[in-house]
Amino acid sequence: MSAVKNDASSSAAPIPPFDVARWRRDFPALEQRVHGHPLVYLDNAATTQKPQAVIDAVVRYYREDCSNVHRGVHQLSQRSTLAFEAARERVRAFLGAHHTEEVIFVRGATEGINLVARSFLGPRLQEGDEVLVTAMEHHANIVPWQLVCEEKGAQLAVIPMNDRGEISLDEAEALISPRTKLVAAVHVSNALGTINPVKGLVDAAHQRGIPVLLDGAQAAPHLELDVAALDCEFYVFSGHKVFGPTGIGVLYGKRELLEAMPPYQGGGDMIRSVSFEKTEFNVPPHRFEAGTPNIAGTIGLAAALDYLSGIGLGAVAAYESELLHYATEQLLGVPGVRLIGTAKEKASVASFVIEGVHAHDVGTILDQQGIAVRVGHHCAQPVMDRFGVTSTVRASVSFYNTHDEIDALIGGLEEVLEIFRP
Amino acid sequence: MTSDLRELYQEVILDHNRTPSNFRALEGAAYRAEGYNPLCGDKIQVFLQLDGDRVEEVTFQGAGCAISQASASLMTEAVLGKTVSEARLLFEQFQELVTSETQTPDTDEGLGKLNVFAGVREYPMRVKCATLAWHTLKAALKDSAEPVSTE
Ligand SMILES: Cc1ncc(COP(=O)(O)O)c(C=O)c1O
Repeated sequence: MSAVKNDASSSAAPIPPFDVARWRRDFPALEQRVHGHPLVYLDNAATTQKPQAVIDAVVRYYREDCSNVHRGVHQLSQRSTLAFEAARERVRAFLGAHHTEEVIFVRGATEGINLVARSFLGPRLQEGDEVLVTAMEHHANIVPWQLVCEEKGAQLAVIPMNDRGEISLDEAEALISPRTKLVAAVHVSNALGTINPVKGLVDAAHQRGIPVLLDGAQAAPHLELDVAALDCEFYVFSGHKVFGPTGIGVLYGKRELLEAMPPYQGGGDMIRSVSFEKTEFNVPPHRFEAGTPNIAGTIGLAAALDYLSGIGLGAVAAYESELLHYATEQLLGVPGVRLIGTAKEKASVASFVIEGVHAHDVGTILDQQGIAVRVGHHCAQPVMDRFGVTSTVRASVSFYNTHDEIDALIGGLEEVLEIFRP
Repeated sequence: MTSDLRELYQEVILDHNRTPSNFRALEGAAYRAEGYNPLCGDKIQVFLQLDGDRVEEVTFQGAGCAISQASASLMTEAVLGKTVSEARLLFEQFQELVTSETQTPDTDEGLGKLNVFAGVREYPMRVKCATLAWHTLKAALKDSAEPVSTE
């Protein structure tokens, strides 16, 4: 039924079985019951649960090191500044970036994209120019571009996808024109789970000298990243989707581009000197981090990345991929289920509709059994339109989910059918 | 099925979801409005024909969850033949029914069949589904050109 990863027939050294029970114990929220049932949390694409290590790191900051950063000579401020900058280095290593100052702390993927739209794209954009996106973008990778495009009389061009939810590099290349000023593409689709061929996309854009932003909100929790190898100009992700706190995220940008970019917001920390006549801006990353940052968030994020690296993203990806495969097979056995998003390369997400039953009703009935999924358009309405649906049910797995939980989901869907198909 | 779910998904609701009443566009309707629930992307259109102050004909179209479809269907049945102010009052009573805090409410006699939606109060996230059609009807009565939204 399911492809077992550590198959004895493989000649490589046996991979130790993934000890999901052990990792689950690190997540206190997973122990609760909901409506009298054990919580089955399958809404990881919306946000992930937090391991105790992250909760502890945030609490420790507030209990012991609480102080502002970059502003004090006292002991507490020194500690928090060190922890804050250590977090930046932690993120650099996680992303595989060359330089620590290429890591800018923002509120999340959304703010990272808005920053690039305002400070990078805005000043270069002219009437008639285009931003090339894919047909499977989250609204966060559509609307910020539209806002600057509208101001300049520029527009979006869209790389189409096939019925499986895949884009083709040939079509992408054909759409790159002298008017294209930026390619902005999702690395892993939140609505479909598709893993896009981002390296090929970057190479195609670079052949024409066009910069690329990758939205890694759904990639960071599931794939090993190496932005230096990808060679993209910008990469964004959100802390809360990689087991870290909400309100913290990362914009990676190539150093030489960041250095040439004007600030995004004005305030403290982003300046070198201020008089009422003239302000001299600080260097990146500080130029883009106006005001007191989310210090606890960065510390929590670093703890989350430590935690994730401790398990190993390779092991995480292998386990999740097998679990997703199992979930997909089981779902296809439920009468009336149609999967939305059947790309060959997928991560975490099983999006589906059930014939004759609205996703919203499915969500409520599953919730009554303690099963948390997302229902709706997943902030990706163009994707829904493409597949001719208004909403889907989305189960998104993480490494702490189990095969038993997939079975619970299937049991929950049988309950849905019982109610709707008497 | 848990008893809570049975409270929500009553047979009447499931029936009206499967075969809704007055589910069609009304050509040349004097009043119409579009409702939208941004949470789930559901859209509904309500068409209305008045005879003086009375609802002479009312229909709807759209796609949505069982709660919103059944609510729209039962709404069209309930307001047919009512005066505009009676329809408005019915909306107020209905809203009270699906949002009131009391655990075991007295069903409201004036609401008749609409009392099947009493179970919705246990599901705060679903109140908007139940009231979308009503908000849209209200907008149609105002002859509002703007699409209404549950937000
Ligand atoms: C693909 C993708 N991009 C961007 C975002 C926006 O992330 P955030 O809301 O954390 O800024 C999300 C979150 O749902 C996402 O899935």
